[in-house]
Amino acid sequence: MRRIYLDNNATTPVLPEVLDAMRPYFTEHFGNASSIHHHGQETRSAVERSRESVAQLLHCRPSEIVFTSGGTESDNLAIFGLAHEGDHIVTSTIEHHAVMNACKHLGKKGCEITSIPVDSRGQVDPDDVKRALRPNTKLLTIMTANNETGVLQPVEEIGKIADEGDIYFHTDAVQAAGKIPVDVNKIGCDLLTISGHKIHGPQGIGALYVRKGTQIEAMLYGGSHERQRRAGTENVPGIIGLGKAAELAHAALERGDDQKVAALRDQLESALRQIVSTGTNGEGAPRVPNTTNIYFDAIEGESLVIALDLKGLAVSTGAACSSGAIEPSHVLTAMGLAPDQARASIRFSLGKQNTKDDVDFAINLVPETVTRLRDLSPVYNRVASQKV
Amino acid sequence: MLTADSTIAVAMSGGVDSSVVAAMLRAEGHNVIGLTMQLWNQRRLAGHEGMPESVQGRCCSLDDVYDARRVAETIGIPYYVVNHEERFERDVVRPFVEEYLSGRTPIPCSLCNNHLKFDQLLIVARQIGADRVATGHYAQVVFDDPSGRWMLERPVDHAKDQTYFLFGLTQEQLSRTMFPLGGMTKPEVRELARQYALVIAEKPDSQEICFVPGGDYKKFLDAYLAEQGEPPLETPGEMVTTDGTVIGEHTGIHNFTVGQRKGLGIATGSPLYVLQIKGDTRQVIVGHDEDLYSKTLTTHRNNLISVAELTEPMRVAVKIRHRHQPAPAMIESTGPDQIQVTFDAPQRAITPGQAAVFYDGDAVVGGGWIEGRD
Repeated sequence: MRRIYLDNNATTPVLPEVLDAMRPYFTEHFGNASSIHHHGQETRSAVERSRESVAQLLHCRPSEIVFTSGGTESDNLAIFGLAHEGDHIVTSTIEHHAVMNACKHLGKKGCEITSIPVDSRGQVDPDDVKRALRPNTKLLTIMTANNETGVLQPVEEIGKIADEGDIYFHTDAVQAAGKIPVDVNKIGCDLLTISGHKIHGPQGIGALYVRKGTQIEAMLYGGSHERQRRAGTENVPGIIGLGKAAELAHAALERGDDQKVAALRDQLESALRQIVSTGTNGEGAPRVPNTTNIYFDAIEGESLVIALDLKGLAVSTGAACSSGAIEPSHVLTAMGLAPDQARASIRFSLGKQNTKDDVDFAINLVPETVTRLRDLSPVYNRVASQKV
Repeated sequence: MLTADSTIAVAMSGGVDSSVVAAMLRAEGHNVIGLTMQLWNQRRLAGHEGMPESVQGRCCSLDDVYDARRVAETIGIPYYVVNHEERFERDVVRPFVEEYLSGRTPIPCSLCNNHLKFDQLLIVARQIGADRVATGHYAQVVFDDPSGRWMLERPVDHAKDQTYFLFGLTQEQLSRTMFPLGGMTKPEVRELARQYALVIAEKPDSQEICFVPGGDYKKFLDAYLAEQGEPPLETPGEMVTTDGTVIGEHTGIHNFTVGQRKGLGIATGSPLYVLQIKGDTRQVIVGHDEDLYSKTLTTHRNNLISVAELTEPMRVAVKIRHRHQPAPAMIESTGPDQIQVTFDAPQRAITPGQAAVFYDGDAVVGGGWIEGRD
């Protein structure tokens, strides 16, 4: 069966160039980057070259990059590394679980947490952030782009607020990096999270940008790796893969590839919006170019995802819980969608590998599947008959 | 009609029965899709007073989902977990709690079958392109040409008979439901599981109410109400004999079931049994064993299967609890959605809240929920 993958906000395929770059570091160049001999030196310089590539993508110094096991660890390191009992943290209601649950945990450990709501387009109002500040506010943690809607947050304005208030600002840029230019100085953040596998690098690797002079407390105790900010032997193949993916992402942005992705996304979105009783979540807000989140009235999103998967199209709804079942999206409900509408929403997210053919496949398949589901939906038929 | 290339959704619990169903149908060449219904989150009540600190209990545990997923992988079928937690809480857990609060003894498995398994599962199945749903229940569905009705019949293995919990199935539901184990015995099913090399072949059967850890429903009720921020169950009241004499106080009506002897906490000459639990006055009526017997009961929220309606009294055998030997009786429609059951011989401990299921030989005539007895 032909299978088309339009769930690139969940993870992306590793690009062939990335795999090629990684391969020698499993076998030939296997050294421990901390060893003093040839083998160690070889991998050390490769790790540092990767650090430079990541720094280039984020417009920062290589020494400001800490390699971690991924987005979740980076988010946790930023938050637990800075906030302590008695501190106040300002976050938003649409954060990824890696930020949300880290803050929730600190809420139980004596931190005060304020979650800023979003408007119906899914954006935080910087004035709300300003109003939430308290004398003991230590950290703002607000994402750059939302994983479910792709909506961009006003991080540059929030950066200014943080700067004026002399407060640390962390932003989870996992869904922004590689899709739009990310410049830590323009954002004005002190900490920024990225993840390898969202930018066509491997899973199990991520990075945290830590602005020079920002003291974070390490979470892992061990050797003095990563300038004592993250103990543990470096995941060298992962780091090489992340470096290569960052390099390719940077080059693609310079070339303007994001415009091509945006054109495909727009084509998909406008075609799907031809289906009656649909809407775009986050419509009117600035968004990353690869994501569209659409609700199909009176549809059980879970059934639509399964039905599409059985026909070869991979998309997603909400967030998968530990069993693999779908939980209603906290992001969409925070935007004011009714639970039914949130459950009726599907995310389509494109990657570098997707072509016009892939989008056409979805444009052919989704409308007929939605029609079939609606024909079997007691809710939709009731509403439809009332309209007659 | 069922053809070799029919698409069938199998409700997979991670247990032996439903795993074998999936494997059998796959071996027969059908397109099989495995579905597990996520109904209850065991973590919710973990750590509440009286509940285990860590996650326990069988319902929707990660272990079961893991098992179901492994089986699906082994036999090579697509597999998905579908979330029905909200509906399960609304249609099964809440009514379960309310029933205890009003002095009845509920059977959540029947509620679940009626409102979730066969209702929601069939909707999901059709939406994802499956014509039918198959489960691991021990029962049989047969189309009866003369009457044009779908019949629900007891399985070959009477010891595993689960028709008591399935009396609520509608004709539409039965027409799309398959019980492939109806013609098999449990040992045969286990043997098949071994032959198919399923990892769960030796997994023990589950018995308890799936969402109540350890089967202690009283602790579950307390923990659930605490989680909901609702006051704990405080339903103490008077213990009264049949002639109205108050002989003491009791700790709460939800601690009693009809027919119960032990735990009355009262010393009397002859043994006393719970005869009736009154939700409105919170009285527990007690009496002698012989007072527990009655010949008639009435049911409501009825569902008829082998016949479209009860136009005249009908001779059947009636089962009033899961482990009850069906007893000969007449059933008769006595009002809109009311059926009166008159047994040939008095039956012990007819319990409101349980189901009465009517049998004609091996065929299920229908059933209803017990309202009361005379």
